[in-house]
Amino acid sequence: MASTVALTVARYRPEQESVPTWQTYEIPFREDWVVLDALNHIKDHLDGSLAFRWSCRMGVCGSCGMKVNGTPKLTCASFLSEHLPGPISVEPLDYFPVVRDLVVDLHDFVQKLKRVKPWVIRNEERPPSDGEYLQTPEQLDTYKQFSMCINCMLCYSACPIYGLEPGFIGPAAIALAQRYNMDSRDQGSSQRLKVVSEHDGIWQCTFVGECTKVCPKHVDPAGAIQQYKLTAATHWVKSLVLPWGTR
Amino acid sequence: MERATPLLWLLFSAGGTVAAFLFPIHLFLTGLAVPLGWVEAPRYDFLHRLVTHPVVRLYLFVLISLPLFHWAHRFRYTLYDGLQLKHLTALIAVLCYGAALVGTAMAAYLLWTIS
Amino acid sequence: MRAEPHYTLYHPRWYRRRVSVWWWLQKRSYTAFVLREVTSVFVAFFAVLSLWQLRALAQGPEAYGQFLARLRTPGLLTLDAIAFLFVLYHTITWFNLTPKAMVVRLSGKRVPDWVVVALNYAAWVVVSAVLAWALLRR
Repeated sequence: MASTVALTVARYRPEQESVPTWQTYEIPFREDWVVLDALNHIKDHLDGSLAFRWSCRMGVCGSCGMKVNGTPKLTCASFLSEHLPGPISVEPLDYFPVVRDLVVDLHDFVQKLKRVKPWVIRNEERPPSDGEYLQTPEQLDTYKQFSMCINCMLCYSACPIYGLEPGFIGPAAIALAQRYNMDSRDQGSSQRLKVVSEHDGIWQCTFVGECTKVCPKHVDPAGAIQQYKLTAATHWVKSLVLPWGTR
Repeated sequence: MERATPLLWLLFSAGGTVAAFLFPIHLFLTGLAVPLGWVEAPRYDFLHRLVTHPVVRLYLFVLISLPLFHWAHRFRYTLYDGLQLKHLTALIAVLCYGAALVGTAMAAYLLWTIS
Repeated sequence: MRAEPHYTLYHPRWYRRRVSVWWWLQKRSYTAFVLREVTSVFVAFFAVLSLWQLRALAQGPEAYGQFLARLRTPGLLTLDAIAFLFVLYHTITWFNLTPKAMVVRLSGKRVPDWVVVALNYAAWVVVSAVLAWALLRR
């Protein structure tokens, strides 16, 4: 068993270079280490200048998304042993502007997420004295999968349409819109439909399917988008046939 | 153009379904099995009679028209994304859907007039 | 990018990579995706071929005979063989993706994807058999 493994990490220091460069580090190999452990080892012992994001180190916060050997992954969930013999390449996520080293700017996603109104919308709020909004397990089941999204952005990094069309609203935003649309407590479907039916919404998606492949929480954003297309198309037909029936 | 997108997507889906279910067998028979002699070619009179039946006319119209719209929608996005021809996007859309409309019109004309 | 990097204190200079026109060759799954999209060209090809066949049928037995002769030429046979493979690829990818777009729920539970796919294939086999019988009856 190898005692060390090489990590080739993308560096970008805007104060000294105008394009990213590579730097290779020799990491001690441990069976139970993930790529994040290796990055922290570099930061603690080899090169304190390396910049990267991480937080929970257990796959629930969505902070540590990076490209490992070319594939978007959570570095806290990618074992070094999976990528032997190395060298293992670590790069920032694609299609987002690189701020420094492995840190990307996520403004674009945050704006898009806000646009789809990812919260329960009620026409009228019931007073607390009325009690909770009740929901059966079957009702929960219809949207539960889409609620698992941790906003890690791996799907955006995998989506070639997002790379080609930076205006595309993107997989996670649409999946989260669906999560609320399908929530029995929500009454905001028509508001969200207006947002995602715009030019850069669901119709830009050509069902490449890469987003679903890389999603660490099995949200299946590609499925959410296709289902949304069907809903939008059905709504459109209904609005033609019964123009007074749709809100 | 934006408001037509649901319709175009529905045509794309319908066309894709028609093509998925019906094209392999039709293409196999017409393009391979009959020319290569693996099966005997249907007689002209038989085919001619078949085509004049109103249900068959409708079937053939659906068989030709919907897959053309499937191609138009898909190819338009392939050119847009694959070759990044953003500046020609309106022209590409017109050419693709236009071609599908022309094919549909031709099919309609032939199937209406054949006797 | 300017040759001489100029760093304004505290202001980040972001790096944006341009997406290459050959993006679809860089990953196997991207290439498979583009091949799937290209099947639409061969779908259109067969629609046009059918249109041509219909026209020949309308023009009479001699015209139809010429059409059949054309189909026997090596050029068209090769094209038809390639088209058949692409059309088959369309069918396979279409059925595999159907359950993603259309979620079927029976008594509150989601029908498993493989069932939807299997039903599609089963229907496809039945429809193809019926069509083959109908067309080869002479």
